[in-house]
Amino acid sequence: MSALLARLIANRLFWPIVMLLVLFTINLIAFPGFFTVTLRDGHLFGSLVDILRNGAPTLIIAVGMTLVIATRGIDLSVGAVAAIAGAVACSIMLGSPDPGNPATVAVAITVALLISLVLGAWNGFLVAVLGIQPIIATLILMTAGRGVAMLITEGQILTVNSPPFKALGSGFWFGVPIAVIIAAVVFAAAALITRRTALGMFIESVGINPEASRQAGVRARGLLFVVYTFSAFCAAIAGLILTANTAAADANNTGLFIELDAILAVVIGGTSLAGGRYTLAGTLVGALVIQTLVTTVYTVGIPPIATMVFKAAVVTVVCLLQSPTTAEALSGFRRRLSVRAGKGVATS
Amino acid sequence: MTKLLDAPERPTRTGGRGRGGPTGQAPRAGVVRSIRNLLTSPKYGPVTVTAVLFVAIFIIGGVRYRGFFSGQVLLNLFVDNAYLIVLAVGMTFVILTGGIDLSVGAVVALSGMIAASLLQTGWSPAAVIPLILVLTSVLGLLVGLMIHIFKVQPFIATLAAMFLARGLCYVISQSSISITDATFVQLAVARIPLGGNMSITPSVIIAVVAVAIAVWVLHATRFGRTVYAIGGSEQSGLLMGLPVARTKVLVYVISGFCSGLAGVLFTFYTLSGYPLTAIGTELDAIAAVVIGGTLLTGGYGFVLGSVLGVLVLGVIQTIITFEGTLSSWWTKIFIGALLLVFIILQKVLTARRR
Repeated sequence: MSALLARLIANRLFWPIVMLLVLFTINLIAFPGFFTVTLRDGHLFGSLVDILRNGAPTLIIAVGMTLVIATRGIDLSVGAVAAIAGAVACSIMLGSPDPGNPATVAVAITVALLISLVLGAWNGFLVAVLGIQPIIATLILMTAGRGVAMLITEGQILTVNSPPFKALGSGFWFGVPIAVIIAAVVFAAAALITRRTALGMFIESVGINPEASRQAGVRARGLLFVVYTFSAFCAAIAGLILTANTAAADANNTGLFIELDAILAVVIGGTSLAGGRYTLAGTLVGALVIQTLVTTVYTVGIPPIATMVFKAAVVTVVCLLQSPTTAEALSGFRRRLSVRAGKGVATS
Repeated sequence: MTKLLDAPERPTRTGGRGRGGPTGQAPRAGVVRSIRNLLTSPKYGPVTVTAVLFVAIFIIGGVRYRGFFSGQVLLNLFVDNAYLIVLAVGMTFVILTGGIDLSVGAVVALSGMIAASLLQTGWSPAAVIPLILVLTSVLGLLVGLMIHIFKVQPFIATLAAMFLARGLCYVISQSSISITDATFVQLAVARIPLGGNMSITPSVIIAVVAVAIAVWVLHATRFGRTVYAIGGSEQSGLLMGLPVARTKVLVYVISGFCSGLAGVLFTFYTLSGYPLTAIGTELDAIAAVVIGGTLLTGGYGFVLGSVLGVLVLGVIQTIITFEGTLSSWWTKIFIGALLLVFIILQKVLTARRR
């Protein structure tokens, strides 16, 4: 029994899932209808659906971020890339005579995604070819990217009236929010490609030791390119969803702080920032924890603005739990317990 | 792939050709050699380039715009960026040890919020300012302990601090609180004449004092030497018996203190507290430190370099203001581009020396 428990606790997903369950319980107490999902007008409604839908952009970005972090990198530019993608899409739609035309929307989305590939390749170039530290390389695009987004929107908040585009953020498909479907597709694609092929192992090997993996024949540089490009691509998808949600491209605020939420999701999920090992399932749980936390703050009646304080508390707790110092202290404690138990048996 | 693999060596090679190769003209002139040594030294190279860049931009500004070449324009760089100078001082300490502090912008905002809300309830500035400095130092201490004892990466620990500080801002108030306290208003409008129609603000003096103390601490105390030693190699520092633990924690306390002080100076500048102010200031501070020649991996750099970095950012802003037709968001793009140029420069310089 205790062996099973020990194995459970040792599982990297244990603490994140416990945290998620705790949050669910708090919600259930504060709001008994929490788990109720109803079908209204052929659309699914309920708190859980809301959590999934609002958490979709964070999850999508976090998937890309997980792979970047697995290579011992970090991508700070995702928020800026999201803003640029939204700005590009909206300005294209506004520039066309018929923003509601599905073809226009398709062109706008395609161009935005293509630009994100260029931005991702730029990050990849700085990291893989010039060998700049990832945090700094992506800091450049983080700083300059919002300026670029402002340039595209000419400093305005672009409001666009296009039902097909708006559906991206708030529409439903077979009763399920489209944003959730997109997130599921991105997640499944990333999981399948990295876990059903050797790609995931290559990514981890680059994260553990780039030089050794290169000598072992792994194309480290090419992989870094792929990973950063994928991350920017994910960021652009999330940016389009966020923009569609409000039907407006706001260069200053689209995706503000989302890089931090994404990193948080990855860290909560148990992927080490030191690189080398990653778990996409953990990231999924992490993203859910963050979004549930936000929802909990709302349902419990705490002013929503305090969310950031709670996020800070969660990061701190997770980091402290994952810390080697804590692990050492815990194992010492357990050893002392077992010693004491042994003595108890001897004397009785 | 092989092409990509060769790429990083290229700057070194072309650089080598550019300066005539190690054998060719090198011994021809001592001056040329010493200039080259200066520029390729990881210690002085980037600072020298920044200084040259600053002078060049200032001259370009002077040639292009009437009234640019005045002492007051130069002094205004200090007046407008006093808080950023103080932030950059704290950030220099952190980056010198190879760490990073992402919380500074949020702490500036938090300090402003604390000041504004306490002054509103009738607290005396004599109590508010020390309280802010103590609180932000304690926050820095907690971050430092988290980094040292629990081995949390500086990036994540300061990220948590950033969330905490930004969240507390919103908890204090969601809207802007203006400051009407007499002392603060006086400090905000006070000008110290320097003769010839030139003047500075009290904030500039505080910033200059902070810089002076930082220079003294880094270059004349054991603590300063330990900071550089940790950046060079933490392992060696430990083996030498240096107080690595204490120093690493203290560096974050210093950064916290500087953020608090910068927050107070920022409040003098804006006379209000607003939860959304200073977003992205941590990036300005990091950019200033990097442009000022401090190596991001730690070990090399000067506080005065960071001050130069702030001035470069400031002069770009001034030029954009003078230009009038350029939108303010160009500043961000310029800062990004400059950051890139200087990081590549650092790469090239350090690669050559190896």
